[in-house]
Amino acid sequence: MVTPGEDRKAVRAEAKRRSARRSATIATVSTIVVIGGLLAFMVTRPGWSNVHQLFFNWDEFKKAFPQVLKAFVIDMKLFVIVEICVLAFGLIVALTRTSVHPVLAPGRLLALLYVDLLRGIPTILVVYLIGFGVPALAIAGVPTDPLVLGGIALGLSYGAYVSEVYRSGLQTVHPSQRMAALSVGLTHLQSLRFVVLPQAIRNVRAPLLNDFISLQKDVALVAILGPQEAYRIAQIIQGEDFNYTPLLAAALLYFAVTFPLARILDRMNRRDPAQMALAVR
Amino acid sequence: MRLSRLVSAALLTVASVALVACGRSSSSSTSTTASTTATAAACSKAALKTHAPGTLTVATDKPAYPPYFENEKPANGKGFESAVAYGIAKNLGYAPADVKWVTEPFNSSYAPGPKNFDFDVNQISITPQRAKAVDFSAPYFEAPQALVALKSSDAAKATSLADLQNTQLGVQIGTTSLTAVNDIIKPSKQAKVFDNSNDVVTALKQKQVDAVVVDLPTAFYLTAAQVPTATIVGQFPVPGGDKWGALLAKGSPLTACISKAVSELKTSGELAKINQQWLGAAAGAPKLG
Repeated sequence: MVTPGEDRKAVRAEAKRRSARRSATIATVSTIVVIGGLLAFMVTRPGWSNVHQLFFNWDEFKKAFPQVLKAFVIDMKLFVIVEICVLAFGLIVALTRTSVHPVLAPGRLLALLYVDLLRGIPTILVVYLIGFGVPALAIAGVPTDPLVLGGIALGLSYGAYVSEVYRSGLQTVHPSQRMAALSVGLTHLQSLRFVVLPQAIRNVRAPLLNDFISLQKDVALVAILGPQEAYRIAQIIQGEDFNYTPLLAAALLYFAVTFPLARILDRMNRRDPAQMALAVR
Repeated sequence: MRLSRLVSAALLTVASVALVACGRSSSSSTSTTASTTATAAACSKAALKTHAPGTLTVATDKPAYPPYFENEKPANGKGFESAVAYGIAKNLGYAPADVKWVTEPFNSSYAPGPKNFDFDVNQISITPQRAKAVDFSAPYFEAPQALVALKSSDAAKATSLADLQNTQLGVQIGTTSLTAVNDIIKPSKQAKVFDNSNDVVTALKQKQVDAVVVDLPTAFYLTAAQVPTATIVGQFPVPGGDKWGALLAKGSPLTACISKAVSELKTSGELAKINQQWLGAAAGAPKLG
């Protein structure tokens, strides 16, 4: 026995399914036409055999990939260490900038100068200036290892960006939250630790992850200081063979790491569209 | 569900196009250095199909270093490679005023697509791998490698390549020196690889590296002018030799003529004269076994 209501539900469900199937088909066809068209346009150009030979050379890829992969370990180690430092350092800078105590006034000024300066200089120049400038000072005990100096440079540059993300997060927490925490007997530090920071950081997870992804790629910049990390190895093989395919191998590795992170970021944003605006800088 | 179907459709497209592309690759098999079988008539100024008619456009990188170029002005005819370029021009019937210089970074000199120069002289080593992407003229120079170390360093006391095992070496990317380090010296510490020779020199000056490997003429300039506290420890050959040639677009109609010009400069003794004038000091460095 089928009631009219259930019947209508079934019809409606069937119609919905049909419409979904139709849009899937249209999406598929349109994707094939657009992407296939672009690729077809590329491969039918007169210069394509050159491009194929120099950028998409399978033999060259097979030769380069294992070497680049081995060197990629350096990038990953550097990335993890720098990221941890950046998360800690950026928070300290943000807390200093948002502090109100008069004794911290010089700290606020320094933090402001630091953020403005480092955000205004291209990261590659920061890496270069610190990587070659610090050893030039010849201070005893200061490291000259390019990975250490490159790491410090990246940390300083990204610390500035990340501190701004934290600061915007701190500003999303209404002052009444802190007042309430203080009124129930929490100290200033406790209210920060248990009330303000958890909310602030949760609100800026997405933009933090965005900088995380960005840093993951920018570790390749330390190559200019000499260490043989993935990008440099790729460049070395490129120069030896006059072939750009090794760069593609390196690109693939960076992509393999950033892609899942980008997907996670996307999901986080979809759950909370209000955060999208913060992820853009 | 919809997304995954879409993705798989896109992948299928990519894969099918890639298959088509793979099928074509065999057509671009390559010959190595072009043979010199050009006749005098075909190599006259009137017959040459140059980038700009009536002008010989020659490229090099910027900055252009001594002893290959002087004062960063390739057009002044001073420095080894500048002199070689003008020698080639003269041989082909171009007056010095018909030679135009353009800047071409090393890393884009071998990029596919049309070139904005007729030939490029930039201490570029000829290798069979590279000859797949570009044409090379007959070689105009062959350079041994040299080790340069700060006089105060342990590396300065080395008498053989084996003594350099624990040395922190520095080299420039894209150079035969780097190949020499990796294939011959094989140091236990990974060499630092810099973008350009300025950075190599800076790193040596600031003791970020113990020693650097460069070609011998560069070593003489480096120790004489750039880092007086450094010394040439010794020279060593690269297996197969390090021959420099002018770089031309793959399949360039000029390759045979440039090669012919270089060969004629060689037989006439002109090239030896240029060599003596600009690289004369590059002899007598002790040999490292």
